[in-house]
Amino acid sequence: MTTFIQQLVNGLSVGSIYALIALGYTMVYGIIKLINFAHGDVFMVGAFVAYFSYTVLHLGFLGSLIVSMAACAVLGVVIERFAYRPLRKSTRIAALITAIGVSLFLENAGIIAVGAQARGYPSMLPSRSINVGGVTISVQQIGIIVLSVVLMVILQYIVHRTKMGKAMRAVAYDAEAAQLMGIDVDRTISFTFAIGSALAAAAGVIYGAYYSAIDPLMGIMPGLKAFIAAVLGGIGIIPGAMVGGLVLGMIETLVQSLGFSLWRDAVAFALLILILLIKPEGLFGKHAREKV
Amino acid sequence: MQEKKRGALAGRWSFWAWIGVGLVLYAIIGLLIDNGIIDSYMALIVYQMCLNVILAVSLNLINGFTGQFSIGHAGFAAVGAYVSAVLTAKMQLPFFPALIIAALAAAVAGLLIGIPTLRLKGDYLAITTLGFGQIIQVILINLQYVGGAAGMTVHKETNFTWLYFAALITVVVIANFVHSRHGRACIAVRENEVAAEMMGINVTYYKVLAFSIGALFAGVAGALSAHTFYFIKPTSYGFLQSFNILVIVVLGGLGSITGSILGAVVLTLITAFLQDYPQWQMVIYSLILVLIMIFRPQGLMGTKEFRLSAIGLGRRRDEHAAP
Repeated sequence: MTTFIQQLVNGLSVGSIYALIALGYTMVYGIIKLINFAHGDVFMVGAFVAYFSYTVLHLGFLGSLIVSMAACAVLGVVIERFAYRPLRKSTRIAALITAIGVSLFLENAGIIAVGAQARGYPSMLPSRSINVGGVTISVQQIGIIVLSVVLMVILQYIVHRTKMGKAMRAVAYDAEAAQLMGIDVDRTISFTFAIGSALAAAAGVIYGAYYSAIDPLMGIMPGLKAFIAAVLGGIGIIPGAMVGGLVLGMIETLVQSLGFSLWRDAVAFALLILILLIKPEGLFGKHAREKV
Repeated sequence: MQEKKRGALAGRWSFWAWIGVGLVLYAIIGLLIDNGIIDSYMALIVYQMCLNVILAVSLNLINGFTGQFSIGHAGFAAVGAYVSAVLTAKMQLPFFPALIIAALAAAVAGLLIGIPTLRLKGDYLAITTLGFGQIIQVILINLQYVGGAAGMTVHKETNFTWLYFAALITVVVIANFVHSRHGRACIAVRENEVAAEMMGINVTYYKVLAFSIGALFAGVAGALSAHTFYFIKPTSYGFLQSFNILVIVVLGGLGSITGSILGAVVLTLITAFLQDYPQWQMVIYSLILVLIMIFRPQGLMGTKEFRLSAIGLGRRRDEHAAP
């Protein structure tokens, strides 16, 4: 039983990282129907910005986190402005390929800028751990979970209680009608990218702190997995991404604790294919009939 | 009707003209290689070009002509490469039967992934095929029989003739398929699935058919590449390779066979020239990609085909098209 709870806690930490990245995927998909493949690399950039803010500028954990989230918010807006906006009217394939292109660009520009080898990440949070009835919980894990919950609550507040959030929901529902009602669609989309990228940056920081190593290609796998999480919950649905991320994290930790850690990635993708076959609209999605 | 038949390779005359051009090209390149004018490094680039032509043309059948967005093509190539390698290196089978079995195995893989997933559309299909490619890679990494992550060595069995004729056959088969009744059905599925269904086209059948044929030739390319470069490892068939093939197809033009050939030649050359700076290569490559998508999203050729009559070879199509 304690082992199970232990794995649950581990899964919760990994899952919240996935959930934070998945939120960005799901919001961008919800609003412009684009799988933003570069999202995983924004996550990587976030981890690196925090790394340099912490080790070079000595900004401390919170300072580095905020600098990294701000930098990535700007990066997300820039990517949207220069790579995706010109393609808003063209085919989905063109947009998707652009997204992959941006992703490759960030990865390889990252390799040129900081080198391909992995770097040790500073342990930004104290490495103590507490023991609750045989279950060991590290301060890092608590930090990860608390931070994720706080960010998700803020996100929910923005989306449901602010004017910008209302605009986001309107554009996601029907961009053209929103425009007719006087909503600045371009600005709303930029804002969505900013928020999504900031969340990815936060995920990057806690990923680095949790696994204590970062490299320019670190965004690929978590990025794909977070996308799986978004699909799992129903892409375009914000609570779906949170739940999807947590579920995926739990399943992965479970597979790993059963001794199949080499098969972890395959299980994640098999899960994705399974969901798509059984319930393509995801756990929280509603089935919409295609009209001709 | 005449308008419809205007595609290149449709008429008999034009068909043999293309075959003639293909054979002349073979003779020229073959002579250049034999006489050492194309050195062994350049020859490798030529080999890679042939392989890329096979991969791109076969992926174009799925993505360009049938409109099914697949980004796991390297997964099928991996099936072909590993099956053929196991057959020749571990079971001492001659190369040709191994190649055939490998191609069939890849086609079966295409069928297996195709039947359940082709109900999915667009982005979802893309991500599923991507997942499929990843799963194949994870399986190969964990399979100690074929060397796991370290890979395995294979006999060298192919030469320029093998690669060139495999590419030629691929192009001929897929071009003929595309211009047949089945090919037109595939194009109808691409244009509008629901409307195609209304016209009595069995949409699922044609999707799976295109998928399997595409996978079959990807398997051929995989088997040939394994026996050309005589070393295979799982990471050679990852997402990046699938993506490379996709880029060739999109660069050349989705729905243009001559475009895919052109794309394969151009992109292989670009890659080869940037070889010495692998990191800058990828940065330049990704920038080119984004710029092409922004300024010419339909690719170099769009859905048009390059026609021999454009350079004065062969008669003009409309003179010949009268029944």
